Parts: sequence; structure tokens; C-alpha cells
Amino acid sequence: MANKNTTSSKLRAALNTLIFPLISIVIAMFIAVFFVMWAEGENFFTATITLFQAIWEGSFGTSFSIIETLVFVTPLLFTGLANAVAFKTGLFNIGVEGQFIMGIFAAAAVGLIPGIPAVIHVPLVLISGMLIGALWAAIPGFLKAKVGTNEVINTIMMNFIAMFFVNYMIMGPLNEPGKATTPIIQNSAKLWRFLGEANRVNAGLFIGLLLVVLVYILLWKTTIGYELRAVGLNPHAAEYGGISIKKNIVLAMAISGAIAGLGGAVHVAGIQYQAIQLFGFTGFGFDGIAVALLGKSHPVGVLLSAILFGALNSSSLNLQLANIPKDIVYLIQAIIIIFVAADYIYKWIGEKRKKEAMING
Amino acid sequence: MANGSIPVVVALLAATFRLATPLIFAALGGVISERSGVVNIGLEGIMIVGAFFAVYGSSLTGNPWVGLLFAVISGALVAAIHAVLSIHLKADQTVSGVAINLFAGALTSFLIFKLFGRQGQTDGVAALPYPAEAMAKVPVIGPFLAELNWFVFMAIILVFVVHYVLYYTPLGLRIRAVGEHPKAADTLGINVYKIRYLCVIMSGVFAGLGGATLSIGVMNLFREGMVSGRGFIALAAMIFGNWKPFGAAAASFLFAFAQAFEILAQKFGWALPTEAYLAFPYILTMLALAGFVGKTTPPAADGVPYNKGER
Repeated sequence: MANKNTTSSKLRAALNTLIFPLISIVIAMFIAVFFVMWAEGENFFTATITLFQAIWEGSFGTSFSIIETLVFVTPLLFTGLANAVAFKTGLFNIGVEGQFIMGIFAAAAVGLIPGIPAVIHVPLVLISGMLIGALWAAIPGFLKAKVGTNEVINTIMMNFIAMFFVNYMIMGPLNEPGKATTPIIQNSAKLWRFLGEANRVNAGLFIGLLLVVLVYILLWKTTIGYELRAVGLNPHAAEYGGISIKKNIVLAMAISGAIAGLGGAVHVAGIQYQAIQLFGFTGFGFDGIAVALLGKSHPVGVLLSAILFGALNSSSLNLQLANIPKDIVYLIQAIIIIFVAADYIYKWIGEKRKKEAMING
Repeated sequence: MANGSIPVVVALLAATFRLATPLIFAALGGVISERSGVVNIGLEGIMIVGAFFAVYGSSLTGNPWVGLLFAVISGALVAAIHAVLSIHLKADQTVSGVAINLFAGALTSFLIFKLFGRQGQTDGVAALPYPAEAMAKVPVIGPFLAELNWFVFMAIILVFVVHYVLYYTPLGLRIRAVGEHPKAADTLGINVYKIRYLCVIMSGVFAGLGGATLSIGVMNLFREGMVSGRGFIALAAMIFGNWKPFGAAAASFLFAFAQAFEILAQKFGWALPTEAYLAFPYILTMLALAGFVGKTTPPAADGVPYNKGER
């Protein structure tokens, strides 16, 4: 009996956490339909059908589109998890974008080294991405722990520094003559494309999925994770309990950056095979913020929302073919975050109900 | 941009003023919002929206001054979203800012498609007219003035206005009180929410003007990615300027000078890579924040939502 009660209350708690992101998604889709109505001059029902048909066909409609969706999901797994680890420690790592870019650079550079067997080369490429990402994130972490400067500002600044640094390397020392890229990496550095060379989906997807499990274990089954979450929940209480705030801030940033850098390395070793000059941010890091927020910083939530965002991104091409502006999918994403950010509405409604219940007795 | 006949120093100075202008507008927006206690990372997005609607207003009516009005109103509206989210709904202000930036990018690309039937950039429209030839006739500084545009003057005047309002008016005192200690301000009968709404919306007005500078001041169209991080440089300028109007303006000039100098240095073939100049504002701001260059202190209640009636 007692057992049954706990499972049902667990289920209710899970539903409560799920309901809010779901409502946000529904509202965002609803608003997007209005944009389609306006753009296409259609009525509500045709617009709804046009939009969802285009999104569905573009993301899961054919075997090719499913494969491409997985390609789009892969980097979001990494950047989403990277943001989630930081959020769980009470930090806001906007720098995931920059750490991802540094990972791209490291992989593109290390991948060029000739004469290493693949069993060593691939791990080397991935580890180099992780290390540089961890280092890039540990700097703002260290500055926060040591000097108390806001990690949000520092990571924003470091995104730009990373982009300019990597562009300099691509156009300078690592340049492929006559192109705005680095040379193609060695075959021994490439990740396995398990559905054949023509399909871009690669072993990076499994690394991402494995990481979902690993981050879950790290956060909930290890002492390190317990300390990180304790600092995130209440730093003062954590410190009173003998947990070092400073150490955990630097650690959380380094772990977050390592995941982001690994994502960048996987993107090079699995998809791009080279670093390409950036005229703006890749966007994977910022999408990762959205993915983590929507997924409530839980690895499973991150997985689900990475699939949603990856599907939306990969359907944008099909939208264009269907003559719907592709920006609709990005609008949907932005509106989802706006509503996720506004989750106080729900707390407010809950509190109001409680108060009314108290008054009405 | 500069014609060949004017001296290099004048061209450099004029370019610095031109490049500083959008930064000054947005940085002042940041100052006013953060002094009231609301972090505004959405400046970049607001600039994007302002830049687009300036062009739309100008194209709709053929009058660039209407475009300016459109930029101000659209900036205020987007900022109002941020205000509602971060003041009443107590959203994480960074999250809300990130959302605004993503929203602005997506919305403007959508609107280019819908309103101009194109992709990537709008049609050319009437830019804000500037009597360059009449200005050139001004004695001594004429050649310099001829290289500017009206936005430069507006920005400089606005620096003094914001400084005056913040430090010499009751409203300014209230703004600063709300940003430092909202509870004390509330106790004294200041409406914390009202002040914060006002400040965030004003920051949208300023950032919208900054966007308009780029689209109908320097050029005559809106292009995707034309703001390219200037909102974030403005954020850096605000921090480097220690959350003060004059400081923010000075930092904007410094960052703009680095940019203008880069164009000049390239002409002479000096060796430093372009990317080094581009990264300069960000590196300097990080050093400033870490206490290596000058000293920065944010408002005490910056980024903290205020909960009325909470003890």
C-alpha cells in the first residue's frame, strides 16, 4: 500500500514537471500557426495542417529525413547536457557556444596529424575537444570563484573571443590555401558513419546518448554530483555542510565545458571533417540553453527536447520547399523559451489557489 | 567610406564617432535598465528589431523619420516583453534575454520574407538625410562634421540627458534606489515595479535607436546579421563604463576607436590580424571585470526579481 502511494505520488510529480513544458510547446505551436496564417493567407485549419505536415515530413516523413533529424539532434544532446550540468549547479553557462567552437577548432587541428591508427586518433580528437572546452569554461568558473565576477557576462565575452580566435586559426595557420576552411582531417580521425558515407549520421549520436546516461549517473549517483546539486540548490547550506562552493563552481563549469567541447569535436569528426570560417555563431550552444531549459535540466528531459529542437531544425528545409518561411521553426523555439521562462505564472496560479483554499476554508 | 581628400586623422576620428553611436545608444539602454535592477541581455535582439522596423517604417511612408519612430516603438514593445517576463513573472532575466535575442532574429527574417518578399535583406529605402555639404562649410571642424550623421548628435546629447536624469532628478534617485535596495525604496513609497517597467522600456527605446542607426543611419536597408553582436559589445561597454552614462559612452568610443583603427591599419598593411581588433572589446571587458583594469561594481540588486510583500 505504502509502496503504491509513493509510486503514484512520483508519477504525479513527474506529470507536474512535464505539464509545464508541454503547455509551452502547445502555445508556441499555436502562435506559429497564426504566423503561417498571416504568411500564407490561409484559414486556421489549413494553416495548421500545412505547418504540421511540413514539419512532420521534413523531420520524420522519410528515412532520409529521419537520418537528417538525428544529425541535427546530435550536437544538441551535447550542448543541452552541458547547459543542464551548469544549471544544476546554479550557474548559467552561456559560453557553451564558445566551448563548442573551441572543440571544433581542437578536433580540426588534432585531426590533421598524419600516421596515427584510428583506434588512437579518434579518442585523441575527442579528448582534445573535451580538454579545450573544459579549459575555456574553467576560466570564467575560476573568475567567478576567485574574484566573484558574473559568469554570464564572462562567458558571453568568451564566446566572441573563441569565435575570433578560431577564425584567425582557420584563415591563418591552419588555412587550406584558397578556401575559408581548414584542410580535411585524416580518415583515421573520422567517426564511423554507420549508415554509409552518404548518410551524415555517425557514431557521435551514440556518444551523445551514452552521455545522457553518464550525466544522469554523475548528477544523481555520485558524490561529485550530489555536491554540484547541493551548491545549485542552496550554496550557503552546502557550504555549511562542508561542501566547497568555489571548488564546485570551477568543477561544474569544467564539466559543462568538456561536454560542450566534446560536442564540437564530434561535429567535426562526424559531420564537417574540417573547421569552416564562422560569420556568426553556430547556434548550437544557444539552442542548447533552450534544450536544457525545456528539459528542466534533467538528462531525459534534455534528450526529449533535443529531439524536438533537432526535428524542428531539420524540418526547416522542407518548410522552405513547401513555401513556408523556414524562420517559423525558429520562432517556435524562441516562443517556447519565452513561455518556459515565464513558469512563474504557474506557481502564481498554484499559490493563488492555495490562498483561496485557506480563506474559503 | 571616407573620401580621399580628407586627412587620415579626421577620417579616423569621424569613423570612431560613427561606429560608437549604435554602441552608445544600446549601452545607455543597458545602463538605465540595469541601474533599476533588471539585467538586459536582450539588447542585441532589440537592436535587430529596431533596425528592421526603421527600414519598414521608412519603406512604408517614404519618410525616414517615421522609420525612426517605428524603431523606437518596436524597441519599446520588445523590451516590454522582457519587462513583463522579468518583473511580474519573475523569470530568470538571462533566460528572458536569450529568448528575446532568438525571437528577434527569427521574427525579422520572417518579416523580411512576409513584408518585402525577399530573403536575407530588405529593399533599399530612404535613409535619414544629413546635410553633409552644408556641414562641410563649418569652419575648422567642417570636414569632420561632414562625415557624421544625425544619430551621432542624438547619441551624444542622450548621454548628457541620461546622466542628468540619473544623478540630478528625483526620478533618477528613485531609479538608483530601486536598483540598489528595492525593499528600502518600496518602504519609502516608491513603486518598484513601475520604475523598473519604465527603465526596461526606455532601454528598448534606446537600443531600438541604436538599431536604426545601423539600418537607416549608416546604410539604407536591413540585412540579416547586420547587428552582428553590437548589442553584446554595448553590454561590454556598459560594464567597462561601470554602469554609468559617461563611462559607458567613453567605453563605446574606446571600442569604436579600436574598430576604426583596424580599418586604417589594414590600409597600411600593419601585421596584427583583424580578429585581434575584433576581440579587443571583449578581452578588455573581462580584464576590467576581473579587476585588472579599473574597478567595476554592478548595482546591488541587479538581476534580482523583486517580490512585493516578501520579508
